[in-house]
Amino acid sequence: MKEIILAILVGGSFGFVLHKVGATNPNKIVGFLRLTDLHLAKAILFAIGFSSLLLFILMALGVISPTHISVKASYMGVILGGAIFGIGFGLGGYCPGTTLVALGAGRKDSIFMILGGLVGAWAYVLVFGWLETNMSWLFDKIAGGKVSLAVTGNEAFPALIDGMPGVVVAGIVAVMFMGGAYLLPNKLRN
Amino acid sequence: MNSSWGWLKSGTILGLSFLLAVALVKPIGVSTQYVIADCFIFCKLKPELAQEKVNDDGSKTYTSSNAYLNKSNGKYVKNTLNIASYGFVFVLAMFAGGFLSAKIGGPKVESDEKWIPQVWRDNMGSSWMKRMLGAFASGFFILFGARLAGGCTSGHMMSGMMQTSLSGYIFAAGVFAIAVPVAIIVFKK
Repeated sequence: MKEIILAILVGGSFGFVLHKVGATNPNKIVGFLRLTDLHLAKAILFAIGFSSLLLFILMALGVISPTHISVKASYMGVILGGAIFGIGFGLGGYCPGTTLVALGAGRKDSIFMILGGLVGAWAYVLVFGWLETNMSWLFDKIAGGKVSLAVTGNEAFPALIDGMPGVVVAGIVAVMFMGGAYLLPNKLRN
Repeated sequence: MNSSWGWLKSGTILGLSFLLAVALVKPIGVSTQYVIADCFIFCKLKPELAQEKVNDDGSKTYTSSNAYLNKSNGKYVKNTLNIASYGFVFVLAMFAGGFLSAKIGGPKVESDEKWIPQVWRDNMGSSWMKRMLGAFASGFFILFGARLAGGCTSGHMMSGMMQTSLSGYIFAAGVFAIAVPVAIIVFKK
């Protein structure tokens, strides 16, 4: 029961905020990708840097447990999958999460987006066995697989830069993201 | 279109919402739940896709006839057979959060935007059918790609880069290398 309440609380607030900041609006996503309206890009860069900085500070202080960390594997399919994702992202202006939030907010074209998503996800489920056998290079690990740049304190996920405290490495990266958000102009193209 | 928050305030609140997730439970992830929804539907038709076995010691083993669903000790099967758990309720709550946001203070979706966003209308015209096919194709690519990559914008990009995961940076590189030219070519204005 506790996990259901947490899911409602955290999922609900995430959806609320995604809509509030305009991330559910395909006009804004397309403006971001066409580089003609970078307001959302600035917000997202800042969000990543800011949350990262707080996360590593709170872990260093012992407030957040490193057991909550979950680093995904790096392999060739992450890059290729990202590129395939990019085709759909550029064409439709939604991602898997924002389209659900957008539907809640009243964007009904999301229904078809979600249906396409269910078919696309199932297509992958069906071809996975074939890909694993015939295109196994897709699953070749990069730099050891489940790795982060900064030391997280969770031993399941080795750090690429392990000579320095995690909060320092993550802090430098976070400042780059937040500085990038500040320096990025509102548009790069007309 | 009338979001009143500037980028700094938007970014701060958005960042706090990812942090809340990792502080309380675990990093946010959405695209897996499309597989769970699919499995929930298809395992009704083909029960061997999602099997639960109770072992002698009372623990449960989850298996599937499908290689993908069988991965990671059948975690997809487990989450399908126990669908009222964290991950799936999370995405339903996201939907509800969007609904609530549009009602109280968030940007209103104008009636002419509900089926076809303005940028699509300006470039592709007002054909309802064309937008629906475009949205369906877009959804197909996004989820196929996200499953190959093992995550999407939320899991890889936001939560991943927040944790300084290498996978987050390489996923973002793959996405933007393609999404930016696609958007520039498809949407001329």
